[in-house]
Amino acid sequence: MSQEISEIANPSALGGAWRKLRADPFAFACLIFISAMAALCFLAPIAAPYSYDAQDLALSASPPSTSHWLGTDQLGRDILSRILYGGRISFAVGIMATLVAIAIGACYGMISGMAGGKTDSAMMRIVDILYSMPFTIFVILLMVAFGRSLWLIFVAIGAVEWLTMARITRAMTLDVKSRQFVDASISLGQSKFGIMRLHILPNVMESVLVCATLTMPSVMLLEAFLSFLGLGVQAPLPSWGSLVKDGAEYMEDAPWLLIFPSLFFVSALYALNKIGETLSGGED
Amino acid sequence: MRLYILKRIAETIPVFLIIVSAVFFMVRFVPGGPFDKERTVSKETLERVNAYYGLDKPLYEQYFAFLKNLAKGELGPSYKYPGWNVGEILKEKAAVSLQLGAAALAIALIAGMSAGVAAAAFPKGKLGAILSFFSILGVCLPSFVLGPLLILLFSIKLGCFNAMGWNSPGDIILPSITLALFYSAWIARLARGGIMREKLRPYVKTAYAKGLSPARVYLVHILRNGLEPVISYLGPAAAGLLTGSFVVETIFQVPGLGKFFISSALDNDYTMIMGCVMLYAAFIIFFNLISDIVLAAINPKIAKEMTKK
Repeated sequence: MSQEISEIANPSALGGAWRKLRADPFAFACLIFISAMAALCFLAPIAAPYSYDAQDLALSASPPSTSHWLGTDQLGRDILSRILYGGRISFAVGIMATLVAIAIGACYGMISGMAGGKTDSAMMRIVDILYSMPFTIFVILLMVAFGRSLWLIFVAIGAVEWLTMARITRAMTLDVKSRQFVDASISLGQSKFGIMRLHILPNVMESVLVCATLTMPSVMLLEAFLSFLGLGVQAPLPSWGSLVKDGAEYMEDAPWLLIFPSLFFVSALYALNKIGETLSGGED
Repeated sequence: MRLYILKRIAETIPVFLIIVSAVFFMVRFVPGGPFDKERTVSKETLERVNAYYGLDKPLYEQYFAFLKNLAKGELGPSYKYPGWNVGEILKEKAAVSLQLGAAALAIALIAGMSAGVAAAAFPKGKLGAILSFFSILGVCLPSFVLGPLLILLFSIKLGCFNAMGWNSPGDIILPSITLALFYSAWIARLARGGIMREKLRPYVKTAYAKGLSPARVYLVHILRNGLEPVISYLGPAAAGLLTGSFVVETIFQVPGLGKFFISSALDNDYTMIMGCVMLYAAFIIFFNLISDIVLAAINPKIAKEMTKK
């Protein structure tokens, strides 16, 4: 019985998102663009023309040519290949850390909203206080302390980015909780956990999805920020942040080393932000 | 209102202590001490140096000694720069970072607010579309991409500014623009969203119905409430402008706090790390406090809600 009720109350989150994106041609183009780019990056071992560390010292830093479409760096490594391999890291960090943020934030928000009363206000006060913490400093210290493991980057960034997710999930939970179908379900003897699983979770999914598309670019930004400071993934493995950093060092003689990685990085972030903004109903 | 401010101020002390204590233990759990990297030193000397700075004592004793010094306002000597006190070094470095941060905040506020207000005033048509494109782009163009690109264009190709350094007054221009762009884009978005929402409220209709001029309705009625999101963002923004300067200071070779913080973290210079973190934490807490108080002054509901219990 309660199964049926939850289905009525749950228009599919993914379906709604899909319709919104189809309605806006530019946002839909962004979706295709980012999917293609992510696919190319994850298939880098097959798609990239060269390996990320294959050197051709005779070439050194050469401008774009027919054999190296986007040029080579000072060690003669193919820039296009390095960008694709770098994108693999950036997208992996973006997805994994966003999942960590969702897991922490959505659970925290749902529990807080379900509990209500004093527990709820105490839990939200903690989030308020955490908002004012200098997290960039903590992440930097963590990276300095424990080395540059990729797993640590996932967890450290995810642990920083869950706060907004928690706030949104809690607000949605409070909203759903006050609906009549939840009262009906309670009167049918559904447990608190059952309510959460059957009614709250499906209904907060859409907001979580929107928040996730906006969290991902900010996670990728934070990863690149760390890599730029030399605290991200380790050489010779590239990431978009470290490619931009290397490019900045040689920009006077070889501007393509800076421009192409920047172009990939910024356009990926733009597409993700545009999608997130469209899903959340635009700026209005 | 007064009760709210007092409550809010009282809250800052535990927050500060939590941050400082967390960092204190974090840096000490890192393998290696401040003097381990100097290989020429014999084991006995190393022990004596550690004993001189009290680094051989149990952790909790070091912690209480640290708190006691903190209460007296002493930050202790730097381990990496013998003969210098942490306080003295911080004062010099923070002055540079503060100038940079203040210039960037001013740019971000002026550019962001005017873009946001203009976008909200003309939401349809070309201007709105252009502004909305740039407000997303600004958020996606991180300082470590923008900074080098600005250097490439203005210093290397056009030769208008010095590429790096902190010697002439013009040196502040490129770094502060680099630092400000992200925040101006974000402020523009918040201002636009806030104003658009506020425009639809019934009280705006009432104000027009009373026969007030559109300019007065806009400036006095709508902006006051519409800018609430911007004000609550100013605390985190000021904090971000200070910590964001890590990257900008590295790119432009500015001798400020950010660059210094990272090198002392890599060196395990405990007292120096603590000094930097405390300074950052104090700034962040202070700006958050100010923006909360301003918000409560604009919207009395906030203060009531918090002092209700």
